Amino acid sequence: MNREIVEAPMGTTAERRVVVEASGEAPDKRWVIVTRGIRRDYDMGGEIVRALRGVDVAIGRNEYVAIMGPSGSGKSTLMNLIGCLDTPTAGEYWLNGTLVSRMTDDELARVRNKEIGFVFQTFNLLPRATALHNVELPLVYAGIAADERKRRAKHALEQVQLENRMDHKPNELSGGQRQRVAIARALVNNPSILLADEPTGNLDSQTSEEIMKVFEELASRGQTVIMVTHEPDIAAHARRVVVLRDGLVSSDDRREAFAARVGL
Amino acid sequence: MPLFEAVRLALGTLRVQKLKSFFTLIGVTISVMFLIAVVSIVQGMNRYVEEDFAGKFLGVNTFNLRSFPDIQNDVTEAEWKAWQRRPKIQVEDALAVREALPPGTRWAMHDVTRTDASSQFAQGGPKVLAEAATPDYFLIKDLALSRGRVFNEQEDALGAPVIVIGQEIAERYFPNLDPIGREIRIHRFPFTVVGVLEKQGTVFGLALDRQVIAPFHSEMSRITHGRNNLYGVVVQAPTPAAFSGLEEIVRELMRRRHRLAPADSDDFTLESSESALGQWRTIRKYMVLAGTVLPAIGLVVGAIVIMNIMLVAVAERTREIGIRKSLGARRRDILAQFLVESATLSSVGALIGVGLGIALAAIVAKVSPLPAAVAPWSIALAVGIGGGVGIIAGAYPASRASRLDPILAMRSE
Repeated sequence: MNREIVEAPMGTTAERRVVVEASGEAPDKRWVIVTRGIRRDYDMGGEIVRALRGVDVAIGRNEYVAIMGPSGSGKSTLMNLIGCLDTPTAGEYWLNGTLVSRMTDDELARVRNKEIGFVFQTFNLLPRATALHNVELPLVYAGIAADERKRRAKHALEQVQLENRMDHKPNELSGGQRQRVAIARALVNNPSILLADEPTGNLDSQTSEEIMKVFEELASRGQTVIMVTHEPDIAAHARRVVVLRDGLVSSDDRREAFAARVGL
Repeated sequence: MPLFEAVRLALGTLRVQKLKSFFTLIGVTISVMFLIAVVSIVQGMNRYVEEDFAGKFLGVNTFNLRSFPDIQNDVTEAEWKAWQRRPKIQVEDALAVREALPPGTRWAMHDVTRTDASSQFAQGGPKVLAEAATPDYFLIKDLALSRGRVFNEQEDALGAPVIVIGQEIAERYFPNLDPIGREIRIHRFPFTVVGVLEKQGTVFGLALDRQVIAPFHSEMSRITHGRNNLYGVVVQAPTPAAFSGLEEIVRELMRRRHRLAPADSDDFTLESSESALGQWRTIRKYMVLAGTVLPAIGLVVGAIVIMNIMLVAVAERTREIGIRKSLGARRRDILAQFLVESATLSSVGALIGVGLGIALAAIVAKVSPLPAAVAPWSIALAVGIGGGVGIIAGAYPASRASRLDPILAMRSE
């Protein structure tokens, strides 16, 4: 791993605190994600479950952040909110200078299409479609013409070294290849953030390392990467680690501090 | 999502799941098949009735002066009794009509009865349709001969015992013989055969090949009792335009002859192919109704099947819907995807139905006397129905799909 990479412009802890406290105002452009007092309650048959109890996070452009926590810590809920798949019960969520916490379903779909590239634990590729068509999908919903779509999807697959697997269906690909197709799909729309949910959860350790290398390279080229994981050694690949516990941020460190603390 | 993309996706699904698609589409296919077949047959019959039947049976541009209609529809007891009291059409009436007609108009009087026939070769058999007619009758009814000749004015005037016989009569009473010049007895009266009619076929149960036609002034009118009372007078206009004018001339004449006051209604009937066709049109209305209502019921069943299959498809592809939504598909994209899919599915079913319907109509036309003519509008209608049924049937499943929560949808297996 290249340790000479310049420090991401993540700002100091104090700066971040100011950003997350200035309520109701759009944050500065250098922050791609700002959540202010985000809460998310679920009604489980009359019993209210508080998955998030007021999370304040600010993530700058070009950062490579891991969100960590044990199961039940609220990290999946946070990832759904950041990914615009869900809206918070209370609090503000600013993505790329836009308040998305009050958006309608279709507006959220638009934001997901333009701003977010998802990489899932279970890959979530369409089983009946070829790798190329899977990568094309976000462009289909962006209304890009077929020729342009093909060109960009091919280019994205080349980026993950799968140009010779374009016409294969997911079941004809290995786990690592599937995840690389998913990464190509996530990047094809040039999203503001790459949002990965346990990206190595279904992969063996060697393949996991390969995928982490891909992420590292993307981050070094300036792609904002947010990765949700429960594995500390995977989280340690990121440059900053936010740890959640019981629906609150329990720590927010640089990698070195995190690694030292968990004994990696 | 572009329409083309959605149609391709739908056809892909269809290709992958052939058996399921077959059962999905069978309702729509069969309904459309019957719709096309029935419309084609009605259309064909229509052409047959309006061209052949009306022409053959009643003559083109022709009307018949009769005491009451020959072709009756829903006649009440009272009406029938009133008809029986009407004055008969008499030979004097027929002659007066001829006097009143402008030149160029064809005229014939005739009388009809059913009676026995015999020859030295065969006796018995079904009753023949014996007609006494003046010579222009052949021209007006467009009766062509396969052999021999018709009788002429002179033979009619002299009451010569000559006769023109139908195809079936020729075969029955002169088996393997040339009937020309031979004797046939109609109700024991001897006639010499001078002509044989071309095969006419059967029109609505009336065996036209069992008719025999002799001069009006021959013994035949004694057989038919037509000396005074006539079955009818036939008038053929030279052009369709002249038709109604002629009808008026005859109507005025007959009203005068029957001394009807202006307030009285006609006590005779002018029956034309138009008035007979009115009946056919009633029949046709019911046939079209049955031909559309029954397939409509089939389509409702077909729509329910498609709706169920689409609900299953939505359930099976919940994860796919979740993935698509996570990648930026809006509600309307998912809605459109499933609507297009079910419309495509249904349209394919309808198209197959169109093909089968055309084939069925062709088979019916081959094995039965019913003709068939495929109406282009019925194909357009069928395809439109196919798409429409698909959209209606797909609306609920598609709307359910479009409202799925992406997080939950992606978690489903």
